[in-house]
Amino acid sequence: MILALIEHDRGEVNPASLELLTFGRKLAGSMGTSLHALVIAGPKSLAEEAAAYGAEVVHMAAHEQLEDYAPEAWARTLTQLMDAEKPEVVMAAGTDRGNEVLAHTAAMKDLPLATNCTEVRVGEAFEVTRVRWGGSLLEDARLLGEPRLLTLAPFSTAAERLPDPPEPTLRSFAPTLSERDLRVRMKERLPIRTEGVSLTDAPVVVSGGRGVGSAEGFAVLEELAGLLGGAVGASRVATNNGWRPHADQVGQTGSKVAPELYIACGISGAIQHWVGCKNSKHILVINTDPEAPIVAKADYAVIGDLHEVLPAVCAEIRRRRGT
Amino acid sequence: MNILVCVKRVPETGARIVLTEDGQRIDTRYLGFTVSPHEECAVEEAVRQIEKHGGQSTVLTLGPPEAVEQLRAAMSIGIDSAILLETDGEEWPPMPTAEAIVEAIRQQAEAGNTFDLLLFGNESADAGGYQVGVRVAQALDLPCVTGIKALEIRDGVAVVRREAGGFWEVFEVPLPAVLTIKEGINVPRYPSLPGRLRAKKKPVLEIKVGTRAGGLQKIRLRTPEEEASQVQILGEGPEAAPKVVDLLEELGLIPS
Ligand SMILES: Cc1cc2nc3c(=O)[nH]c(=O)nc-3n(C[C@H](O)[C@H](O)[C@H](O)COP(=O)(O)OP(=O)(O)OC[C@H]3O[C@@H](n4cnc5c(N)ncnc54)[C@H](O)[C@@H]3O)c2cc1C
Repeated sequence: MILALIEHDRGEVNPASLELLTFGRKLAGSMGTSLHALVIAGPKSLAEEAAAYGAEVVHMAAHEQLEDYAPEAWARTLTQLMDAEKPEVVMAAGTDRGNEVLAHTAAMKDLPLATNCTEVRVGEAFEVTRVRWGGSLLEDARLLGEPRLLTLAPFSTAAERLPDPPEPTLRSFAPTLSERDLRVRMKERLPIRTEGVSLTDAPVVVSGGRGVGSAEGFAVLEELAGLLGGAVGASRVATNNGWRPHADQVGQTGSKVAPELYIACGISGAIQHWVGCKNSKHILVINTDPEAPIVAKADYAVIGDLHEVLPAVCAEIRRRRGT
Repeated sequence: MNILVCVKRVPETGARIVLTEDGQRIDTRYLGFTVSPHEECAVEEAVRQIEKHGGQSTVLTLGPPEAVEQLRAAMSIGIDSAILLETDGEEWPPMPTAEAIVEAIRQQAEAGNTFDLLLFGNESADAGGYQVGVRVAQALDLPCVTGIKALEIRDGVAVVRREAGGFWEVFEVPLPAVLTIKEGINVPRYPSLPGRLRAKKKPVLEIKVGTRAGGLQKIRLRTPEEEASQVQILGEGPEAAPKVVDLLEELGLIPS
């Protein structure tokens, strides 16, 4: 049996868990086994959702002290269900929470863990392909352990809803939790205030790097983003120099964005930046250097100084609009 | 306050990753080395907490002899001493890495050096295993919070925040504790020249560690297939502006 941990935030399923179920259903098919899901402290609607994406059995774990997310308590619950059900594979989505719960699970059970896998091949050995460097490099590896523990890289599998979802088989599960398992619990949850459109939701992201030259230099990027209803992003050079807050950073250690159009201004295209913007539908580069690596990777490029090109673009938009 | 920060030496890859012929590692002949931005921020955070609360800090790495460069870099911005768990240069999987770090922490405790706070990066820059800090916490039976972007220590309690889907999640954990840090918690300072000179004289404890296999065994590395360039050059300089706006209109991105 393959056991998939369903991630949810106060009852709302994380889309990465639906990708996980789709992946798990196919893996179960190739291994000739079944797919089970585990929902911790969640409503019954989650079980229906899990079934719609391929879970044959859904274990509903509940405990009076388990309301909000608590990493060790989730891991303890998972290990106890593993003891009871003896799955061959245990997996979660490669999200912050999924990786965290599986890391605790692996440590509690003294098992290896392969995070952010994109593929699994089951033959004589259990082989995985996983991502490194935020997605710029792939690693083929053998994974040992009983059960095999892994997380699935988000966006590596497209979620597929079953055309005719069956009624899920529900099983309730009551974990035994100690005070120790509950020692790390969320105390409060505060909304993060953002002005305007958020980086990850914006249809257009106008990003600036070293070529912008200063904090003030970003004014023209702000202006273009404003005209297009978009957001401003930045490379690490820009955030490290204090020109922009880290919240604006795109890349391996910043945000991953996928807008309709990503406009990279004065950014060279280091792999750690590229992994954050490569999923954009279209990429336009403005760079003085035609040999900058990002030029060859982009869809469109203007070779020139961003401080001359961007004001001209803003003026042209205004002219056509007649404002 | 006594703080330990753990970092990992990684190549400073540029726009492309070049692998050695056998696909076992990155060809680093022409590359410099660094640590993950998450770890740079963890080092900076340790220095700031000591500046605020007093005490001492140690930086630790498991890596080849050359990794002393990354230890000196951390000491040049204010970390007091270093521990090098010296390998023969082969990359270690996360499980044995955590075990070796736990052993080193226990040895330090036996020698009277107990840490109140253990800081890690949220995930390493290269392997991205997301687990060494958590494994160390479990082995030492310490509370652990990952992905930290704000830390305040009050009366032996760490009040920490992490980001999750448009919210700050706030946790409070008693010390000693393990925290894994994300970039954005601070903006690391640059080392000063006197800082660099001082770092050369700070103590580095070297401990040799034998090779250890783990249950995640690398077979080979591969670079994802690159698509052939399809770039369309719209023009040069400000004269290209009309072409750019044509494109914006074509993509339906100009609000009316
Ligand atoms: C583990 C790790 C994680 C990292 N994570 C991230 C991350 O999340 N995000 C990130 O961005 N980086 C990250 N980096 C850093 C990354 O490797 C690069 O150093 C960084 O992205 C370079 O930023 P840049 O393109 O702005 O600067 P540069 O590489 O210096 O490029 C500047 C570009 O601007 C052009 N230019 C200069 N002047 C002008 C002008 N007037 N008009 C137009 N163009 C001009 C130049 O031709 C050049 O191409 C990470 C590094 C490591 C090791």
